[in-house]
Amino acid sequence: MSNFVNQFWASTIDGLTQGAIYALVALGYTLVYGVLRLINFAHSEIFMIGTFATVGVISAAGITSPLAGVGLLLFVLGAGAVAAVVSGGSAVVLERVAYRPLRRRGATQLAALISAIGASLFLQQAVSIWVTSDARTTERVMEKVNLLTIGTGDLRADKLLVFVGAMAMMILLDRLVSGTRFGRAIRATAQNADTATLMGVNIDRVIMITFLIGGAMAGVGGMLYVIFFEVTNFTVGFVLGIKAFTSAVLGGIGNLRGALLGGLLLGLIEEYGASVVGAQWKDVIAFSVLVAVLMFRPTGLLGEALGKARA
Amino acid sequence: MSAAKRLRLPSAPWTRAYEAASARWAALPGWARWVGYALILVAALALPSIPGLGDIMAPGSSWERILFYPIAIYVLLALGLNVVVGYAGLLDLGFVAFFAIGAYTNAILGGTYGWGFWTVLPIGIALAMLAGLLLGSPTLRLRGDYLAIVTLGFGEIIRVTANNTEFLGGPRGINQIPRPPSVEGVDALTFSITDSKPYYYLAVAFITVFIVILKRLERSRVGRSWTALREDEDAAELMGVPTLKFKLWAFTVGAAVGGATGVLYASFQTAIRPTDFTFIVSATILAAVVLGGAGHIPGVILGAFLVAWLPELARDLNKYRVLAFGAALVLLMIFRPQGLWPSRLREAELKEGEGGIGRLGGEVGAVVTQEGL
Repeated sequence: MSNFVNQFWASTIDGLTQGAIYALVALGYTLVYGVLRLINFAHSEIFMIGTFATVGVISAAGITSPLAGVGLLLFVLGAGAVAAVVSGGSAVVLERVAYRPLRRRGATQLAALISAIGASLFLQQAVSIWVTSDARTTERVMEKVNLLTIGTGDLRADKLLVFVGAMAMMILLDRLVSGTRFGRAIRATAQNADTATLMGVNIDRVIMITFLIGGAMAGVGGMLYVIFFEVTNFTVGFVLGIKAFTSAVLGGIGNLRGALLGGLLLGLIEEYGASVVGAQWKDVIAFSVLVAVLMFRPTGLLGEALGKARA
Repeated sequence: MSAAKRLRLPSAPWTRAYEAASARWAALPGWARWVGYALILVAALALPSIPGLGDIMAPGSSWERILFYPIAIYVLLALGLNVVVGYAGLLDLGFVAFFAIGAYTNAILGGTYGWGFWTVLPIGIALAMLAGLLLGSPTLRLRGDYLAIVTLGFGEIIRVTANNTEFLGGPRGINQIPRPPSVEGVDALTFSITDSKPYYYLAVAFITVFIVILKRLERSRVGRSWTALREDEDAAELMGVPTLKFKLWAFTVGAAVGGATGVLYASFQTAIRPTDFTFIVSATILAAVVLGGAGHIPGVILGAFLVAWLPELARDLNKYRVLAFGAALVLLMIFRPQGLWPSRLREAELKEGEGGIGRLGGEVGAVVTQEGL
């Protein structure tokens, strides 16, 4: 218990940093679930592809020493855009190949989930075979200077960047869904697909855009992950994906703000728990949270419903 | 049965030939069918001894060995998972957990405390069933897709726990697990590192016993309840089927088979590590069940055989194994969701768009069908 007190501020900062990445990935699960009532099991691989896209940008840009100032800003924007496009594009292809044919045939949810698992295995192995099956480390992109010491915790520049970047994306998405025409179409489809069609909403396009946005968010999450951890591998999405899904369920699946809340909460629970029982039990803590939430409050903290997500 | 009759299935020539054959089989007198089963059993027992077969089936590796592991082990695991996925229609993505519990029971009781195989076996089965009950009773109330993720999490919890617990050997695992006791003077039942045949015979015995039990269960009140809740859970509940109770039954029976297989596997490998029990194993078992035809024992055996044997055939292509599984799962769900060798009932259910956990985006699917207008 004394560990918990000693490390409280450090755990809080690390938890929020980790949680911000969970939240970004969780958005993809929540968006797709809200529209299709489907757990996009392969979303974790979309995140993994985002981390590799970022690694690609770092080596293509020839970065050998840490950036600062305008250079860093340009890198974050550029790499974020590339990762978002690559991941978003992969998500759209995934929908075309693994889900749309099933929807056409009126397949069961079980069939869709199995198809998703298949797509997930395929993407993982494709990266392992054709990119690398080892862990891929990258150059340091930014100096990890300490900006501020709060109690025992150091607020490092990279952690602040991850947190701020994730929040910025979140706000952008919230505006997009609550304020634009496309956002309205997404909400309408989530509420009632039949009625939305009658009102002239092109459902296929809404689904495609939903995958695109969710994938782009995961791509940005992948970029922030690489800046923070400076390493990735082809299985990086597996555990992170389950945790992001847990975040989505914790906050209320289908609920955008719920995904944010769930991600940050899960990050904190994990870090606080790890400071009490040891870091090697982190994954067990996260999975136990998942089981507990599904047992006691399956609708999550803020309740399910993408349709009701309005400003 | 009436559902299958009412619905005219597509009748390609091979389908008609198969239907005629299965109708003739069903019309045979009981004794003739038992003779048929006995012949199949004899053929299965003869598999490792047929001269020349190994060169065709497993060039470059030991046919006897791969007949036991992976083939027989995956057949057993697929039979267990089939109860959960095929009979009851519950998607379990953490089936490897029960396999691991059986294996670790044998590792601790047999390896650390020196208990014999036949003493450990019932304990391993009981512990796996207990785990199934403990996991199932809170989680089986959940929607199907949530259940899938929770079981996935459970599988990982078991593996991570084994990895972090010194008592369970940590990442190094446990060595020197005893082999099953040999029968003196009988070569076919002398268990050693050099001869895999005895293990294969033992596995065939396991498979036979489980098939008999599962077949009886399938035709009992329990099995009919499973069909009912797979086809329409709400309707089953309204008709007075206690669905939660029978879901728990499915979970526990499946876990028992998984646990028994784990005990057997550990006594063959004599050393196990947490990395033997990753998610890929669960996914492979699921691929076997779905590929063969969920809910149909001959189909599931075929699926497990293919999934376990094909990678052995092309060892240099082994790194593409999981890649191919992934692609196969997607393609199967699109073109043949009922599997290669489905039961007629299951095929009819799938044609009606039932037999799962509700339709995927039902409203959306309905919209898309209007596209041709």
